[in-house]
Amino acid sequence: MITTQHLTKRYGNQLVLNIEYLEIPKGQSFGLVGNNGAGKTTYFSLLLDLIQPTTGHIVNNDIQVNTSEEWKPFTSSFIDESFLIGYLTPEEYFHFIGELRGQNKADVNALLSNFEDFFHGEILGQRKYLRDLSKGNQKKAGIVASFIGNPEVIILDEPFANLDPTTQIRLKAIIRDLAAKQGITVLVSSHDLMHITEVCERIVVLNKGEIVKDIQTSTETLRELESFFAG
Amino acid sequence: MFKHFVNLQWKSFFRSSNFGKGLALKLLMGFFAIYMMVSFAGLGVALYFILKKAFPDTDPMLIVSGYMLYWVLIELFFRYFMQKLPVMDIKPLLLYPINKGKITHYILVKSGLSGYNFLSLFFAVPFSIVLMAQGYPILNVLGWLGAIIGMVLTINYTNFIINKSDKVLLIIGVVILVLYGLEYFKVFPVKDYVGQLFYSLFENPILVIIPLGLAVGTYFINYAFLRKRLYLDASIKKKTIEATTSELGWTKRFGDIAPFLQLDLKLIWRNKRTKMQVFISLAFILYGLIFYGMDPYGETSTIFLFVGIFMTGVFLSNFGQFIPAWDSEYYSMMMSQNIPLRKYLESKAGLISVSVVVMFLLSIPYVYFGWKILAINLGCALYNLGVNVPVILFFGSFNKKRIDLNKSAIGNMQGTSATQFLVLLPLMVVPSVIYFTLKTFVSFEAALITLSVMGIIGFALRKTLLDKVTEAYRKRKYKMIAGFREQNS
Repeated sequence: MITTQHLTKRYGNQLVLNIEYLEIPKGQSFGLVGNNGAGKTTYFSLLLDLIQPTTGHIVNNDIQVNTSEEWKPFTSSFIDESFLIGYLTPEEYFHFIGELRGQNKADVNALLSNFEDFFHGEILGQRKYLRDLSKGNQKKAGIVASFIGNPEVIILDEPFANLDPTTQIRLKAIIRDLAAKQGITVLVSSHDLMHITEVCERIVVLNKGEIVKDIQTSTETLRELESFFAG
Repeated sequence: MFKHFVNLQWKSFFRSSNFGKGLALKLLMGFFAIYMMVSFAGLGVALYFILKKAFPDTDPMLIVSGYMLYWVLIELFFRYFMQKLPVMDIKPLLLYPINKGKITHYILVKSGLSGYNFLSLFFAVPFSIVLMAQGYPILNVLGWLGAIIGMVLTINYTNFIINKSDKVLLIIGVVILVLYGLEYFKVFPVKDYVGQLFYSLFENPILVIIPLGLAVGTYFINYAFLRKRLYLDASIKKKTIEATTSELGWTKRFGDIAPFLQLDLKLIWRNKRTKMQVFISLAFILYGLIFYGMDPYGETSTIFLFVGIFMTGVFLSNFGQFIPAWDSEYYSMMMSQNIPLRKYLESKAGLISVSVVVMFLLSIPYVYFGWKILAINLGCALYNLGVNVPVILFFGSFNKKRIDLNKSAIGNMQGTSATQFLVLLPLMVVPSVIYFTLKTFVSFEAALITLSVMGIIGFALRKTLLDKVTEAYRKRKYKMIAGFREQNS
């Protein structure tokens, strides 16, 4: 589904990302872990064509992302709050994203009704603009917005941060469900080793821009990761 | 302790992101500030002589006193919009071992040193000096000056008290109008009576204690109020407005661009700065009044063309110059979504075009000053529609400075760079030059027809032009994303 080749990103003299080859098959739940500055967000930004690669390229479903925009209809993402439009209410925001992804209001509302548990009554019908929601609730809205429009690839940067425990547990179930039942390729990054081993079939560890580990998740994975990061 | 606070203030000024702005902008702002100061000081110096000449029999001081009530009320009215107690600044201080009384004094004293308070003094001090030079008793003048300072501070602190309710603003507005009405229709000579009152401040310097006392009084009312409410859920709370959902179903008529049009309308209506642009634009319809009917220009002066371009295009330039920076907060989302950039731009172009038409319609009453004015404005509107709309959108592709929509509207220069000044050149100067040249060497009609035809051609070619603009946006996509991500730029 997603093939990365000879990908590097350089700022001045500093090489921030250097991935020789990485293949992510369709329907995989893929986890990216690493310390601050490891290159996780840089990789996601390259995947979304928000920054230009210094060398190499990423091919998403046969489409090279930095030359064509055809990957956009089947790829969706939530990177950070800058993906939200602060002066809209959550409903308006969902409907706007729906319009962009060819869904009418009824489609969007039907999808949203599946997430009532997840929203915990704090998102819909609150008469608040997104900018006035708490960080955690903003994140919830952004994550759910990325499910709109039947995407085949979903990219979530640090989805667990700022969420309350109940929501974290629900989100884990949702992500597992997306990959296992619906065949969606889900890319998740996290600082929380526990969450990511629970959710992802495969975990790649980035360190200073390079892939240092590529693990199929098993019962041993958490201990392996912990011993790696303990240094 | 206060030394620390002053130090903090100093640093927040010199290290603020605004301080690092482009040199040109700083010069411009500085120039403007100096201009205001010099104007006020100039008025202060000249006023005595002007009044003496105009009303040789009356003491200028008495006339000035007559207007002082209006000054107080009008200043209160404007400060209501301009000045808020910056309570959010003290949030970080709450956690440190500083007692709350000191924090409250800090913020109140700080507000006493705000620029608004000095503006009146720029007028009052030179005026007092002139008075003394003219042989008015020094003690009385000094007393009067002290009274002015007291009143300025009273206004300052009263503003924070009344700032909490909109009703007071309305009342002040009504009081100003009623007093002026009474005066104008000669029902009751407000100026004479109140003037006497303020004049006594000058006659008996000892009375200076009244305004000074008021200042101290209002200070402590503020202190008592704020001291008790130094909590995150009381005074130091961001105000949130209850959201209203709007369908804007009628935009569906515009087909593909409807979602963007809805977004743009919400953008304009739900954010202070953009909303302000709408009001400013509407107010600028009065711009013509300054120039029309002034004899020296003649009926077809180039000035009128400039006025026409500006009046019909005020929203075009005010709003348009910051496209797409208005959307900078979420620009990376837009770019990762399945967005037809073309439709995005079409929506903006449509919005601006509507504003040009509306401004032209509003300017029709100026036909009172002759049909040529109407013809000029029509030509300008056409030129704006056909040529300036694509031009300003094209220049937008050079924007890469972030705008935080939440920031206040007044004096906010965020997002401003050299582009904003450069774009004025083709927008206003080019049509003026074309008009001037043709009018001088051929005729008024030829000049106007040329501009109109240019506008119509541009309008006919808008699809092609928009394609070019879209291409420019696409090319500069990464630079824009990177620029818009930078906070405090």
